[in-house]
Amino acid sequence: MSKIICTAAINGAHAIARRVETTYARVLKNYGPDQEIGFPDTAYFLPIIYAMLGIAVKNLGDCQLVFERARRLLPRPVRDNMPLPYLAPALDAGMATLFYEEIDEAMRYLEKPDFYLRGEDVGDDNIWLGAASDVILRKRGVEFVDGSAPGFAAIVGAAPDSETARKIAEELQTKNLYVFMASQDNGRCFARQLVEAGVQIGWGTRLVPFSPDISGAVFALGFACRAAMAFGGIKPGDFRKNLIYNKDRIFAFVLAMGTVTDEWYANAAGCINFGFPVIADTPIPAVLPTGICTYEHVVPNVPHDQMVARAVEIRGLKVTVTEVPIPVAYGPAFEGERVRGDDIYFECGGGRTQMVEFSVLRQMDEVEDGRIEVVGPDIPDIEPGTKLPLAIYVEIAGRKMQEDFLPILERQIHHLINYAQGIMHIGQRDISWIRLARQAVDKGFTFKDIGRILHAMYHKDFGKILDKVQVTIFTEEERVQKVLKEAREAYSLRDARIANLTDEVEGVYYSCTLCQSFAPSHVCVITPERTGLCGAYNWLDCKAAFEINPTGPNQPIEKGVENDGRTGNWRGVNEFVAQASRGKVQNVNAYSIMQDPMTSCGCFECIAAYLDQFNGVMTVDRDFKGDNTPCGMKFTTLAGSVGGGAVTPGFVGHSKHYICSGKFLKAEGGIARLVWMPSQLKEELRDKINARGEALGVSNLADRIADETVGMSQEEILPFLKEKKHPALEMESMI
Amino acid sequence: MAKKNATDLLTSCEASRQMIEIAAERGIETVFDRAASMRPCPIGAEGICCKNCAMGPCRVVSAKEEGGPAKVGLCGATQETIASRNFARMVAAGAAAHSDHGRGVAEVFLLAARGEIPGYGIKDEQKLLQLGLDFGLDVANLSVQELAVQVGEKCVAMFGQQEGELAFLKRAPLKRQELWRKLRLAPRGIDREVVEVMHRTHTGVDQDYKNITAQAARCALSDGWGGSLIATELQDVMFGTPVPVAGSINLGVLKKDEVNVIVHGHEPLLSEMVVVASQDPELLELAKKQGARGINVAGMCCTANEILMRHGLPIAGNFLQQELAIATGAVDAMVVDVQCIMQAVQKAAENFHTLVITTSPKAMMQGATHIEFDEHDAIATAKKIVRTAVDNFTRRDPSAVNIPDVRTDMVAGFSHETINYLLGGTFRSSYRPLNDNIIGGRIRGIAGVVGCNNARTTDDEPHIILIKELIKNDVIVLTTGCVAMACGKAGLLTPEAAKFCGAGLAEICETVGIPPVLHLGSCVDNSRILMAATAVVKEGGLGDDISELPAAGAAPGWMSEKAVSIGHYFVASGVYTIFGTTFPTLGSSTFTDYLFNGLEETWGGMWDFEPDPLKMAAKMIAHIDKKRAALGIDKARERVLMDMAMRRELEAT
Repeated sequence: MSKIICTAAINGAHAIARRVETTYARVLKNYGPDQEIGFPDTAYFLPIIYAMLGIAVKNLGDCQLVFERARRLLPRPVRDNMPLPYLAPALDAGMATLFYEEIDEAMRYLEKPDFYLRGEDVGDDNIWLGAASDVILRKRGVEFVDGSAPGFAAIVGAAPDSETARKIAEELQTKNLYVFMASQDNGRCFARQLVEAGVQIGWGTRLVPFSPDISGAVFALGFACRAAMAFGGIKPGDFRKNLIYNKDRIFAFVLAMGTVTDEWYANAAGCINFGFPVIADTPIPAVLPTGICTYEHVVPNVPHDQMVARAVEIRGLKVTVTEVPIPVAYGPAFEGERVRGDDIYFECGGGRTQMVEFSVLRQMDEVEDGRIEVVGPDIPDIEPGTKLPLAIYVEIAGRKMQEDFLPILERQIHHLINYAQGIMHIGQRDISWIRLARQAVDKGFTFKDIGRILHAMYHKDFGKILDKVQVTIFTEEERVQKVLKEAREAYSLRDARIANLTDEVEGVYYSCTLCQSFAPSHVCVITPERTGLCGAYNWLDCKAAFEINPTGPNQPIEKGVENDGRTGNWRGVNEFVAQASRGKVQNVNAYSIMQDPMTSCGCFECIAAYLDQFNGVMTVDRDFKGDNTPCGMKFTTLAGSVGGGAVTPGFVGHSKHYICSGKFLKAEGGIARLVWMPSQLKEELRDKINARGEALGVSNLADRIADETVGMSQEEILPFLKEKKHPALEMESMI
Repeated sequence: MAKKNATDLLTSCEASRQMIEIAAERGIETVFDRAASMRPCPIGAEGICCKNCAMGPCRVVSAKEEGGPAKVGLCGATQETIASRNFARMVAAGAAAHSDHGRGVAEVFLLAARGEIPGYGIKDEQKLLQLGLDFGLDVANLSVQELAVQVGEKCVAMFGQQEGELAFLKRAPLKRQELWRKLRLAPRGIDREVVEVMHRTHTGVDQDYKNITAQAARCALSDGWGGSLIATELQDVMFGTPVPVAGSINLGVLKKDEVNVIVHGHEPLLSEMVVVASQDPELLELAKKQGARGINVAGMCCTANEILMRHGLPIAGNFLQQELAIATGAVDAMVVDVQCIMQAVQKAAENFHTLVITTSPKAMMQGATHIEFDEHDAIATAKKIVRTAVDNFTRRDPSAVNIPDVRTDMVAGFSHETINYLLGGTFRSSYRPLNDNIIGGRIRGIAGVVGCNNARTTDDEPHIILIKELIKNDVIVLTTGCVAMACGKAGLLTPEAAKFCGAGLAEICETVGIPPVLHLGSCVDNSRILMAATAVVKEGGLGDDISELPAAGAAPGWMSEKAVSIGHYFVASGVYTIFGTTFPTLGSSTFTDYLFNGLEETWGGMWDFEPDPLKMAAKMIAHIDKKRAALGIDKARERVLMDMAMRRELEAT
């Protein structure tokens, strides 16, 4: 009965409105209208209000305007007899609720700045993380883009017991979904139940405890609103596009666990505006007709063991989970899980012992598919704390395999192992490092399972190019050393091969339209010397990806006639981009920031911006925490104005790696134009920057580039550049 | 005089039944009595009497024996020529009525926009802006007043427009627009098409029934996509676009202890002002002095729909209740303007103290009091009218008062804009959920059931039987005019009426909180149904033209020429349209067959006739099912589960 739900939602919205307006009156009296408020580290203000109404709430006074709009949305209560239509008013009430709650949470940040933690991790006493910063949004948002996280489950309330909570969370994790938790039921909350059950929570494991109150729902919906603005290029205030974007592209739903109060209903009505349905474990009324959501709107009375499966179906989501025959849960959600302290059962690599991962190409008859062998002691043979060397030796055969694909496959080992619950993996090649948790070992995990993971996942992800996979795990010093020697020889050959790949030599580039699920007009053009701007895809990756999925997002581009080698303009590339962007982009200069630069999606690692006062370019990476950069915008603000598949002359998204490519800013004179970058990024790339500088005839270029320790303003930076004789000052004008 | 035991055959309305008996007791003659004593002319009824020249009238009946030669007129005009000419003239008269209504509204609107008449203003700026865009005006750089003036001028100009096509045609689905242009059905101007029908049906002009049918369509379209649409749109801008509102209906809304003013007719220009005047403190005080507790304004016919939709004011009744309202002895003034006002009301009023007040210079009546509506001082006119009614209250004979205690609550106010809102709220408003549930099958189709009451059938009854059958089969019903009022009286305009629906439609009604029958307004507001149908097409998933929708139209109890114009513009817009009671072309099987079967192939829409409401419902549902099959939505819909690759395939939002 929709009427019961709408009645409750409208009543709940009124109750929330009264409470928040009362709080506001008090807070306003104490702090005054000019008091700044907002969520930490975001360029999106109070994101739902910003996305829906286009109002940037910066201080307490700004809230008045929002209240006016919210009050107009609050409908009259539903009459019992002869009611006027109630669905639309209830949806409006839901939206008003979200506006009120966002202001409420912002006031909480003001009055109790320590109520919520900052960052991705929970503490021992406090588990509540509150609003995600833009850094988290960018980092996690990429997963929504590439499909490693198709959406999120917003869980309100609590399961009947901790074990049920654990099972539901784990099922959601294995389906790659994020879990956003808020509110409580009868004093119990889902997030705490997970802690009780020994589950690691926090952004790293995709189990995110937002708030002990229902108002924490705004952190989930605010994340969704920001994803649409950041990755979909949807403008603040364009509420319709934002909501439809969420309905079509962000696969989220609500799991209501426990007694559904009027205030929960009000929030649920808010969620339905986004096309996020509600699945409840209690016998509340149902709303089954479709329309606002893709399928059903409210589905009650779902048994706990069916909740996740039902929710995914109701939301219209397809999650393909590969069954990996290992005794622990498996999925990307476990990638960020840590193993430390007393939980460590076994550890190797990381400077303690030698570890190495190596893959090698074999003839078809040299490989026995599925053969997994451990040479040396396995887990059941050793005591906890035992130190062993470890080599993961993967032999691959396939009719479509090429030497070039080996490094790609090898690079997967890191996350593929990390996906296993209770296993932590760091690094790659000969600097890898692994930890096995006691809990995983208790469930029966052994080294052999590492082989099982690689065998199953290689077949799943790369089945098109490989036919056979055989894995050997060596734990004897002598054998490990032998593998290490073979591997190091191969590594140097591979590195040399990469270094010799140039844009001039190769006639075929690759597209990446992976991000079109979020930024529909974005087309990355990936050349040997220009990686994807997310940093995740280089030319070889794309080449392999095309082999694996010939109709997928990575397509070969015949570069065709070179129109301009300096700016990186080719006829074939232009034709391809025009078609792939559905006519939105007609001309692309791969090496330019000023003239028809490439489109930027939302998941670029760095963004470069032209600085007219220095005749140069700055770049900033998404990990930079500063509130500003010399162009007047911090990373997220920049990303907000440049992303979404737009072409913005003077700005371009790029990967970290690309900074040290010979093609970086080639049209404008190359890396010698770089006048400012965050110090941490500079240190990370120092040697390569200097090497690239040398090639252009500039010594110690890294030292000539300003960073945040020098300053943000012209007065601070210009004397530094002059003192360091930065080459950009002498170069021809960029315009 | 009507026999007591026969009243059930006359009407299915309880209040009417009671009043017919009371009228009979008092010796007051009503339409029901006259219907019993005079049969319709059988040759005129079938459309084959030609009196377009003085050589006739010619009655071109078919030969008695099967297959014998049909008569022709003295001029040689065939049955099909004569039937089509008569049909076209009905269309022209109906279109003229609607469009002249629209012209009146446009003129007042323009005067109001220029600030020349007090009392009228702009209530819906959003809609004004939309109109500005329709006319290609520079809306960004015009003030509201400037925009209103320009929109008013454009609307007024449409009536005398001679070339090109009406601007509102561009609102229709593209495919339909192209079809109109290709078939030369696109009206060039409103008045011009009426004039041309009259010319072409003059003796010895157009003698090709197909060509006449096409011109009749051009004329009808100048009503539906012209005059009526202007009326609806400008009334909404001036008086507010309707939103859902509760009201009540039937003769029981008249009040024993208040001054009862019935506003009857069609145009809201005056009735809006009467509503304002009825709240005037001075007049209320005067009413009290006369011993009345207040001033009760109730509507009748489409005027009633207009003030219900915008103010929730009560409705006294529909077309066939006008004499019965007077027979209550409680009506102090019946204020009339134009269309559907029976001359008999004056004779009925003479039995009581009731004053019939005519207000339009276009519509006067022997014996009635005439207080002419002066738009330059509308409030003063309205006050004068209300004051006359209040003064008349003291002449009321309480012993002669018989108000039946019958009234029903209802929810009305469903403009096509508000339906858009109701389906998704402020932030997600769209027709998507409607389309989605039509595609999914919860809603089988859409029916527009409109039109009049006709004393040749049991009053209200075919409407209700038809509509109940439709909603039982999950067909959602949009209604206007006197049919809407019949539904109101029968309790179909309440959310509770979901109990009459099939499971799918009931679920939708319950979810949204709407009745299964949506009251869209007066008979000019049939334009709203065109807009709603277009909105459904544009929302997508149900074809590219109105003719592809699983939809049908009906007028089970039609009587006025306006109904024929409405029917014909629906047919020419691609809708299967079925009439009940009688059909004005049956005397020519050739022409009738062309209307019923010949048009579909080119126009997409066609006419049909079926007096039995249950069979009518079956025919409509069969048409809806045919369209569902053509759209491929006659099968259960698959649940599509999306993965990332499919998401990338989505077009930019």
